[in-house]
Amino acid sequence: MTRAHRTRTARTSSGKRSTWRRITSSAIAVGFLGLAGCAGTGGAAATTSIDYWLWESLQLPGYQKCAEAFEKENPDIDVRITQYGWGDYWQKLSAGLVAGAGPDVFTDHLTKYPEFVSRDVLLPLDSLEATKDIDESGFQEGLLDLWTGLDGKRYGMPKDFDTIALFYDNAMLEEAGMTAADLEGLQWNPEDGGTFEQVIAHLSIDANGVRGDEPGFDPANVETYGLASGGSGGGGHGQTQWSWLAGATGWKYTNADVWGTEYNYDDPRVQASLEWLFGLVDKGFMPSFERVGTAPNPQQQLGSGQAALSPDGSWTIASYGRLEGIDLGIASVPAGPIGHPVSMYNGLGDSISAQTDTPEEAARFVAFLGTDACQTIIGEEGVVFPARPAGTEAAIAAFKEKRGVDVSPFTDLVENNYTVLFPVTTHGAEILSILNPVMDGLYIGNEEVSTLTDVDARIDALIAE
Amino acid sequence: MPSRPSAGAGRGQRRPDDTKLALLFIFPAVIGLVLFYFWPLVRGIWLSFTSWDLLSPERFVGFDNYTRMFADPVFWNAIWVTLEYVVLNIGIQTVVALVIALLMQRLTQSTLVRGLILAPYLVSNVVAALVFFWILDFQLGIGNQLLEWVGLDRIGFFTTEEWAIPTIAAVNVWRHMGYTALLIFAGLQAIPQNLYEVARVDGASELRQFTGITLPLLRPILGLVLIISVIGSFQVFDTVSVTTSGGPVNASRVLQVYIYENAFAQFNFGYASALSVAMLAILVVVTFFQYRITRAGQTDLN
Repeated sequence: MTRAHRTRTARTSSGKRSTWRRITSSAIAVGFLGLAGCAGTGGAAATTSIDYWLWESLQLPGYQKCAEAFEKENPDIDVRITQYGWGDYWQKLSAGLVAGAGPDVFTDHLTKYPEFVSRDVLLPLDSLEATKDIDESGFQEGLLDLWTGLDGKRYGMPKDFDTIALFYDNAMLEEAGMTAADLEGLQWNPEDGGTFEQVIAHLSIDANGVRGDEPGFDPANVETYGLASGGSGGGGHGQTQWSWLAGATGWKYTNADVWGTEYNYDDPRVQASLEWLFGLVDKGFMPSFERVGTAPNPQQQLGSGQAALSPDGSWTIASYGRLEGIDLGIASVPAGPIGHPVSMYNGLGDSISAQTDTPEEAARFVAFLGTDACQTIIGEEGVVFPARPAGTEAAIAAFKEKRGVDVSPFTDLVENNYTVLFPVTTHGAEILSILNPVMDGLYIGNEEVSTLTDVDARIDALIAE
Repeated sequence: MPSRPSAGAGRGQRRPDDTKLALLFIFPAVIGLVLFYFWPLVRGIWLSFTSWDLLSPERFVGFDNYTRMFADPVFWNAIWVTLEYVVLNIGIQTVVALVIALLMQRLTQSTLVRGLILAPYLVSNVVAALVFFWILDFQLGIGNQLLEWVGLDRIGFFTTEEWAIPTIAAVNVWRHMGYTALLIFAGLQAIPQNLYEVARVDGASELRQFTGITLPLLRPILGLVLIISVIGSFQVFDTVSVTTSGGPVNASRVLQVYIYENAFAQFNFGYASALSVAMLAILVVVTFFQYRITRAGQTDLN
């Protein structure tokens, strides 16, 4: 999901980032495919236009190539791609659906689609000729389940997936007398932090050059923090911030893989994990809330040498790759009490609007977006991991070749099934609005983790409504 | 009200009744007023009694939204946060603006200085907020760098609960003080100079002149300025949205931000409308009392 890290920043769809995004995205008012026009001039037959929306500007070039390939096979269809920044995207989409002027096909998100389904604005893919026979084994495991509604119908064609890993700078490791091998096979537990906390401590350096595991370390005056901060994570269920910690204790978000009816924030395992993580602030191993604010930027923290290890999502690989003066490396998140590392596993899909005038043509395009042909094109761009294994392979090769990074810490987790699914439930936006201030309070340190028990009760009551 | 003074002027010739013509002239303005003021107002109040998410048709729910509102701790917090903001913002802004206006009147008549004082008002709210957001950034901001050079501790202006609202209030004081000062300055210009001359002949001190002449005669203008700026202050949104988006925790979640979140992030348009009606009620009450207390409609000059 490009994704909850966006929800984090744009969560309330207010937020400074969203304003920035509004400014930048209006500059990128992209639109039309050059080729779409060409295809139209060729055939005398009446062509149908399909409007396709997405929010990730880095993915736009890939999808343009995809659309061109689709138009070559289907000369009777024009695809018009429009990209808006995350904040604008959902507002324009809602406004478009209300006014009947929305897209035919659009990129959909797990926190949003349950509400669209309950309001009957999506067409089930099973009801359309081109998409009714989805090849179930053709996607990375579990992704199709995420897009299957409570009624058992499919509302999205999986397009990509993402997981979490640790980004680091090799030069910084070298200074600390460590190598990449030292970051392999790290152990973590919520009590003493295990070898993972030892590494974080060693990588933290105070203003006098004293390391976090040496006597005389001053936690109030730190130059380099062992662990970068992506904020409290309340805006996106801690996807990049702590889902991998809590998950490694064996904890799951809800009482079912998808469409759970009860959240598990009252579980002592998640509460202990959060207590450990936010406890790093006092130890001087992670920047405080005061320091990073409501719009934390872990990439910047790593890039400027303020932090050594940055847990972040696979959709940010390209951005980390662009950091100047960083010899980038990627390591797996640490193994937890459960015996192995765990990452949140999440993905985007393509949905068809119920308002489309041309559902069958839209379905043909969505079916094509879910093929190896298209997903290999997307993979070759080296931006995200496409949902089909062939596409994933192409992406792994592209990341290696284009950016010189080994992305296996991200993909191994999926291969080994060491994942916990993003919580897909009803009332997604409201749940996050309850969770976010509480998580901020925990991070700041003026709330106890035990308040999560009350929060959990409130969330469950909301779902039970 | 003296209506048509020419009528019955004794010429024995009544002017033709021009009510129809008058209505014709008023008509365009009435359309605008009804269409863009009354209709949205009525519809907003109606929506506050419904549950509406934009996509499905609205459903009448009676007073559900209001009972939920009165039981909602975030709503009450928003009221207090908003009040804290208004008190800080208006309090500081009015005093500063009054001082600037007096200085402008007594010390310089330079158009350049007046222009400079108005300059912050020409910057858009969002830009001003972003600029201060960077200046006061904990890590990179020059404001915190200065504090450090002076030997003080860095302050998380936008990232600590104690500082968020005072900082946002100060940013908006900076932006609005010139404009408010100009309005007050106009009021000062309207006070006849001979009153001051008489006072000086009688040997009144500057302070005595200020409390005895300037303040009482400035009261209607000051009242008007207060009413306008208090209403504007209650509606603070953009500065918060750009800088803290309501955080840390709920420290700067002012009422407008909460309304916005409910409407456009969670699509609870019914509840958001109920919150807006609460805002309307607060503003009506506040304005009514301000108007009464400052007697803004009357002047002591006659």
